[in-house]
Parts: sequence; C-alpha cells; structure tokens
Amino acid sequence: MDKLLYIHNGERVHRSDIPHLSFHKFRSELLDFTEAGGQIVQFFAYDENNKENQGKGSLKLLAVLRNESNDKLCVTGCDAPDSFDSLTAVTEKFHMFERELGEQYGLKAENHPWWKMVRYQQNCTGKPDVFGNNYSEDIPGNYPYFAVEGEGVHEVAVGPVHAGIIEPGHFRFQCFGERVFHLEIQLGYQHRGVEHLLQTVPMKRLPIIGETISGDTSIGHGLCMAQGIESLADLEVDEGSKVVRTLALELERIANHIGDLGALSLDVAFSPPAAYFGRIRGEYLNLSQILGGNRFGRGLIRPGGVTKVMGEEQRQLIQEKMTELTSEVEHVNDLIFSTPSVRGRFDHTGTVSRENAEKIGLVGYAGRACGLPYDARVKFPTECYGDLPGNSNNKTDGDVASRAEVRREEIMHSIHLVNTLLARSEEANNYTPQKTELAPDSFVVTVNEAWRGEASHCILTDAQGEILRYKVKDPSFHNWTGLALALREQGISDFPLCNKSFNLSYCGFDL
Amino acid sequence: MLKVIKNRFEQGHRTTKYPEEKINLYKRFRGLPTVHSDCDPAVVQQCAEACPQEAIDSASCRIDLGKCVFCGLCETLSEGKFACFSQNFEMGTAARDDLLFSGSLPELAEHSKTHFKKLFGRSLQLRQISAGGCNACEADTNVLNTPFFDLSRFGIQFVASPRHADGIHVTGPVSKNMRQAVLTTWEAVPDPKVVIASGACAISGGPFYGSDDIVGDLNSLIPVDLYIPGCPPHPLTTLHALLSFFK
Repeated sequence: MDKLLYIHNGERVHRSDIPHLSFHKFRSELLDFTEAGGQIVQFFAYDENNKENQGKGSLKLLAVLRNESNDKLCVTGCDAPDSFDSLTAVTEKFHMFERELGEQYGLKAENHPWWKMVRYQQNCTGKPDVFGNNYSEDIPGNYPYFAVEGEGVHEVAVGPVHAGIIEPGHFRFQCFGERVFHLEIQLGYQHRGVEHLLQTVPMKRLPIIGETISGDTSIGHGLCMAQGIESLADLEVDEGSKVVRTLALELERIANHIGDLGALSLDVAFSPPAAYFGRIRGEYLNLSQILGGNRFGRGLIRPGGVTKVMGEEQRQLIQEKMTELTSEVEHVNDLIFSTPSVRGRFDHTGTVSRENAEKIGLVGYAGRACGLPYDARVKFPTECYGDLPGNSNNKTDGDVASRAEVRREEIMHSIHLVNTLLARSEEANNYTPQKTELAPDSFVVTVNEAWRGEASHCILTDAQGEILRYKVKDPSFHNWTGLALALREQGISDFPLCNKSFNLSYCGFDL
Repeated sequence: MLKVIKNRFEQGHRTTKYPEEKINLYKRFRGLPTVHSDCDPAVVQQCAEACPQEAIDSASCRIDLGKCVFCGLCETLSEGKFACFSQNFEMGTAARDDLLFSGSLPELAEHSKTHFKKLFGRSLQLRQISAGGCNACEADTNVLNTPFFDLSRFGIQFVASPRHADGIHVTGPVSKNMRQAVLTTWEAVPDPKVVIASGACAISGGPFYGSDDIVGDLNSLIPVDLYIPGCPPHPLTTLHALLSFFK
C-alpha cells in the first residue's frame, strides 16, 4: 500500500483505503512532507470501535496534509501509540494539533516544547489526564503560564470576561514597561462539546450545530458540513444552489471584513469610518437576510442544496444594494487608508515574519498578509469557485497594515464575485428535506475558504453508516499562535489593534 | 479633512425612527411564527418529529420559542399549514413559560411597570457576558451601537465593568468553563440588578442542548428577568425588548 493517499476535496473514500503505516513510518512521512513545505489541514485521533466501545483500545491517528505542488489533499494514518516522540520538537507545524491529541485522547507527545491544555476538557478515553488536571475544578486548572522574571518586568492579566461585547478568553502579557516581551493566550472558555455532539445526536440536528460552530462563519462551516454529508450520502447539488451558496459565502466575507476595517479604524481613534462601516456591515448582513431570511445566513444551506431559491426579485434587490454600497465602500476605504494618523499606527505594527507564518501554518488573510498565497477557493475549489477568478495581494509585510490591506482588496474582489454570480441565470431547485443515509466505513474531508481562512471538516462513518468521528477545524486553530507572535516587542497599547487585525474566533477554536 | 467631510455628506443621517415608526423587514425574515392550532394533527406530529430543536409540542400545538432557532423547517414541511413565520420581530417575554407559544405573546410593556421601569427607565447600564455563545448573538447585540440603531439615545449603554452596571445581558449556553465567570460577574453587579437571557442558547442551551459541557439554561444558575428569543435575536428584537421592558 502507498504511504500517502491523494484525494480531492470532498471525495469519499473507503476507510480501508486510508494508508495504515507503522507509527515510525507515519512520523517520518509527516516530517518529510512538512519539511518540504507541506502544511497540516487536519491531524486527529479517532476510535475505530463504535461509540459504545470508545476508548477500549483501537485508537488511530489520521492526518490530512496539503502542499503547493499537488491539487489534491494527502491522507495517511496509523495506530495511535499512548506516548510518542513529539513531532513539534522537530517542526512547529504540529504544535496545536499534538496538544489537542493529548487533551482529547490522552496521548502523550514526549518532549513537546509547549505541553499545555487546549480547551480544558476531559479526554474521552478514560486514560489518565496528560496535563495533570482534575476536571472537578474550574478552568484553567493546572496551567503553567510562561513567566518572565527580572527587575522592572511585570505581568498583565486580562479576561476571561473582557471590556466589551466580545467572547471570553484569558490573556497574559509579560511586559517591561509598555513593551510586551511575550503574550500567552489561554482559551477554552467557550467549549460547548461540539464534536462530541456531532458524533452522538440525530442527523436532523447536524446542520443547526454546524451553523453555530462559529456564528460569524455560519456559511463557511455550514458549507463544510453540507459538502461532507453530500459526499457520504451521494447527494447531488444543482448549479443554481451552488450559485446561492457561493454568493452567501462571499457576502459573509464582505460583511466581516468591512466590520473589522471599521473596528480597526476605531482602535486607532479615527471614528468616522467606524460609524460608516459599522452601518454598512449591517447592510451586507441584510443582503444575507434577503437571500435566506437570516442575517448570518442560517437556515439557508442544507445537505442537498439550499432552502431558498434566488428568484428575480431577490436578485434585483441584492444587485441594487450592491451597486449603491460599492462606491460608499470605496470612499470609506479611501478615507481610512489615506489618513496619515491611521497609516502611522498600522505600518510596522504587529509584524509576523513570513518564516514564522510558515512555521505555524497561518491561513487566510493573516497568512496572505505574510506572503503565503494559499487560498482554498483557488487551491481546492468547491461550489462555483472553479469558474471564478482568484485574488492576489501585493502587500505582504505581515503587519497590521498588510492584514488591513488584504481585507480591503478581498472586499473589492468579493464584490466582483458577487456581481458575477448575480449575472448567472441558473435558478436553484426547490428544496425538499430528504432522508440522508451515509455510506458505511467511509471517510471524507472537506475544505472551504471561510472568511478567516481554511475551515475543514472530517467525517468518518462506521459499518452501520453512523458517524464514528466528526472533526472540525476552524482557521482560528492555526492563527491564534500568530496573534501571540505578533505582540512580541510591541507596545501593550497596540494589543487591541493587533487583535482586531486578526479578529479570531474564540468559539471556533474552543468548539 | 476634505475626505472626512465628503464622506460625512455621502453617509447622511441613517438612524432609524423605530419605535415611533414601524420597520418592515423583508418577507423572507423569520420572526414570530403564526401557529395554526386547527392544523391536521398528523402534520403537526410530522413537524414535531423533524424539528431539530425539539421545540414543537404536538399535543398542545405549541412552539417553544426558547428552543426554536427559527430555521423554518416546520413551515416548509407543513407548507405553512402548521407554522408560518411572520416578519414581526417583537418577541421578548418576562417569563419563561410565556415562550411556550401557541399564537400570542403577553404584552411585555405591562410586566415591569412598577419595578424595573422605575429603577432603570431613565438610564440602564448593562454588562454583556458571552458564555459559550457562537458570537452571532454578541455581534447582533454589538450592532445596537452602530448609527442605524444608536442605542445610547435611549439612555441604554453597554459598559466595561460590572461595577458600573445595572444588570447583565448573557448570551450563549453557559459553557461549564464559563459558569464561574458568569456567577462572579453577576455577583460584582451592585443590587438592585436585572438579568437578561438573550438567544436560544442562554434560554435553553440552543443548538447545543443535551451537551455535557454546558449548563444550558441561565435561569437554573441565576434568576432571569427578561428573555429575548432568536438564533441570534434580530437587533430589533433586542431593541424592542429593552425598550418595552425598561422604558
């Protein structure tokens, strides 16, 4: 059997087709692949036994990888050893994934340089906790924060409850005066047990949970889930539905980028664009509401298609609003980016080097702002993306200015995509809820470029066609480490600015 | 500077006249449902079985708006014969049981006339806590500060410190990992105080009901005074609830 299996995004394979290597071989394949520039899409453990027998000793590891030269995803697997030599010690790309393996399945990565809990959840195998936590105690339990010592060094602790309408997380800054030496971000407060729910609840609940993995990414995750189920259940999606889905994903992207650019402007005390973009973001959310009845696009995407067709009326309403808003968006963007006080704060702030970005596998606009061009819409196109042009950005300095500039460009690019899609004439089929039966003993991985970056779902089924393992990866899983690195050697007062330039999901990370 | 002025003119005045003037949301928006209790019981039963939130009680022909995520499946399945979602976004209630909906909601404005209106009618400061929320409730609460809604013109503000607050506004199913933080924040708010549960999650666990990792019902932790249903509640739903409950 080959060491690596190459499959298309969303292609269903039999579980027995997944290569089964010795751990030793698996480890060296992964290291070779990542050494040559490959990145990790998913890396997780699952129990081959059915749900009732979970944790009874048939744990397996599965990795999904990608690299620049191949337009397919690469899959490989092995038996999971209780403890193994950490891959992170060789390359940082495995850092979060190995910590997650430890937390979810009690597998110990020996010599991991940053061995700390991820979300404060008890492992599902009954194995002793690898972080020495007692889960009857409240979060954060036994969490060894990194501390800098010395004269004049002080520590600032913030959260979990922050001073705004924002999700919870705990931040520790090691400072020397105003200067930040190190920021440690400890999350887990939003953990709702999403993956466990997806593996245990009736099928009818899946789309609802999928849309709420991360609220501002309802379409991104909704698509990953729908495509996975469609692949496993042999459901065909008509062209008209694909147009609506693509349109919804781009509207989600525009709304979020616009909201963030407004907020970035507010963080440098330039308030007019914040007021304008705050309102304009709402206009785009309202377009999602015209399309599907909900400002976040909920209830629109279901396995097999979309629940609402885009008729002539909706098409026209959206088109008119798009035309009205485009010039406003251009003008407000011009206002932000041509204001010297804004540029002065954006430029050279919160820089992540391309080298570091590659090491930690940054995705989405955060990666593209560092010069990593990866965009899943271009690389692994789903829905209508195969027919649509990609975007390329020139400003790749890795600072706040670059992350802002990439978003500005992506807004204009997405507006172009929306207009292109509105001009297409296919109408979606009327939706009829259908019973879905998943193929037994199968595996599928789906990848989409959600507005923050690469979102991915893996589904494995057992012999009865029940879901054996449902693994979700939000782009934030990669990018939180990027924010921590961006803060090094920055003034602590630049934290809000750096934070907003990434605007990561807490619940998407915490699941 | 010229650009600031030019943009200012282009943007103009955008604040809604609600509640003096009604707002009509687009017909696809799913707000307060109309429930037809004379519907064929077999159809109601079919909807109840298919409902992902198990929010429909077929015997009493009621929808629990505290569980409902307004996905519209029951409307599709029954072809509007059992439930039909209207564009009415005014849905807040003062009691959990009032959300067990069979066709009408009690007038929210009548509820707190003597108590909360007297206390907070002229000025209300709220501390928002996201407790396992997916950030949709949070985002659609945050937009109340944008020029279109401009919440502060009503004397209502979201503040940074619980010490400055008259109450808490909670979103999310209260993850176990946020339970203590919710309690601590609530305790830090000086008496008298008000508790608002916003969104299906805070009311019933929402999409995550049944999970071992959540509390699932804010009211089981601290007494809730105001319920705002939705997944997430439309900003106007929140605005209406705040205005009619406190003003």
